[in-house]
Amino acid sequence: MKTQARLMLLLLLAPALLWLIGLIVLPHVELSILSLRARVAPRVYEPSLAQFRTFYEEPLYWHTFMRTALMSILATGITLLMAFPIAWTIAKLVRGKSKSMLFVMCLIPFWVSETVRTLGWMILLRESGVLPAFLVWLGVTPAPVEMLYHDATILVGLVYTSMLFMVIPLISALESLDDSLIEAAYDLGGNGWSILRQIVIPHAAPGIVAGCIVVFMLTLGNYLTPTLLGGKNSQWFTEQIYTQFITRFNWEQGAAFGFLLLGLSTAIVWAGLRLSGQKFGEVMQRS
Amino acid sequence: MIASLPRPLWLRASTVVYGVAFFAFLFLPLLIVAVFAFNDAPYPAPPWRGFTLDWFLGHDGSGRTGLFADSAMLGSLWTSVIVACWVTLLSVLVGTANAFLIERTQFHGKQALSLLMLAPLVIPGVILGISILAFASRIANLADDLWGLELEFLRPGLPLVVLGQFSYIVSIATLTITARLKRFDVTLEEAAYNLGASRAAVLWTITLPYLKPALIGSAAISFLMSFENFNTTLMLVGSDSPLTVMMYGRMREGATPVLNAVSLLLMVASAVLALTMMRGPKAGEPDHAN
Repeated sequence: MKTQARLMLLLLLAPALLWLIGLIVLPHVELSILSLRARVAPRVYEPSLAQFRTFYEEPLYWHTFMRTALMSILATGITLLMAFPIAWTIAKLVRGKSKSMLFVMCLIPFWVSETVRTLGWMILLRESGVLPAFLVWLGVTPAPVEMLYHDATILVGLVYTSMLFMVIPLISALESLDDSLIEAAYDLGGNGWSILRQIVIPHAAPGIVAGCIVVFMLTLGNYLTPTLLGGKNSQWFTEQIYTQFITRFNWEQGAAFGFLLLGLSTAIVWAGLRLSGQKFGEVMQRS
Repeated sequence: MIASLPRPLWLRASTVVYGVAFFAFLFLPLLIVAVFAFNDAPYPAPPWRGFTLDWFLGHDGSGRTGLFADSAMLGSLWTSVIVACWVTLLSVLVGTANAFLIERTQFHGKQALSLLMLAPLVIPGVILGISILAFASRIANLADDLWGLELEFLRPGLPLVVLGQFSYIVSIATLTITARLKRFDVTLEEAAYNLGASRAAVLWTITLPYLKPALIGSAAISFLMSFENFNTTLMLVGSDSPLTVMMYGRMREGATPVLNAVSLLLMVASAVLALTMMRGPKAGEPDHAN
């Protein structure tokens, strides 16, 4: 029986280890080796920090990096603010059939790919698109205005793309909040604001953090939405990684950029977990 | 405020207004995509020039290539289906093994391993892509240098796309299946053993049927996520592009409404998939693991 149990364990461990070591750990080791070497002659490499120095010395890369981080934080914040009322409505205000219908309605747009959703925004916002034509028809603007290729457009696209990943953890966090707590607080003279701050938000914190982390991560690593909605001026960091890897074939530089992005996302996820006192494993299982 | 408390009229009104605005925001882009699949104009843009089915049915002779004559588009659609099938198969198989590993075994470092299994969810897709690309080509170069072996499947192409998507989708499948296995009542299995059932019989007649909703759910999620994946795929793609990559290329060039047509097709297909999933056995509580 003992050997049989051991055999079982090995059989179950094998796929997990193959996956984690072969597709996650070793590739990242390879990436770190790449990022820490420099090509001195054809097929000759030596250890070097040149890639990180390039990043440090070239303002364009710095600028893009900081910009990506700040826009991602901003997009996460906006997503949270927009998702909360809807999550509250679904979790606490509607009941029965309309509740599940609203819930499903939140899901539906995310059953189709990001490409399709971005196409929709492009048709809506580009100069020859629906919204500029509508504004001309209303008489707001004399001629169609280009609404693509602005930072605000990128933000709209990013918020749209990640909405679902905020709404769902929020709903599940709010649903577990006992209504009687709110009623009690109300009876004791609390108003909307104080109840929100002292009861709802502390209770929903795990859901809020889970949503924020996932949204932030997806936004930071997004490539499609910034490049299509932001055009040539999007200046998104994943775009730099793509350019180094695929266009310029400068894998060393691309690997260094990749690590910087990974470091940034890890640092912010970590900081978010620390600030809210949550644990990574629990948060990820909720999202 | 909650339903049981008095809410002033303005608050109720603003809840409704906000709800309507929110869902308009969610559905407007999709609606626009669908409508302009039928516009009789060479670009998906206003003004409305009348209804046409050219973007579906047009063939080379008419000057407009509709979706069903666009062999490149149909080819990439098929590529996506094949990739998604492989990713689904691998993710559900490995995800099930992982679930049993987490729930049923004890060994040193299990805690660390199950945390590591979540790591792919917080690695940006682009980085998963480039790291797998770099590692695969290192192995391919090594094999070439040492043994003169040309390992074609390790160069950018569909096998790498499958591996890249699998590397994080399996995390999601694992979460979904583990969540259900956790709620399984082990006494059922023990009873079966006491009655003389073999290991295989117990697995086949008791445990797997119980897991079935989670298996189907994770298969559907894996399929969709693979179909939608762009970031990881873009880094690993070779000469055959899956649909998302192909659409991205066309969107940069300035799209014709064929893109709207294929998008509408995807919307209908995923709606059908979603409806069948929801109509299915009620036992499969919606697993919010995506």
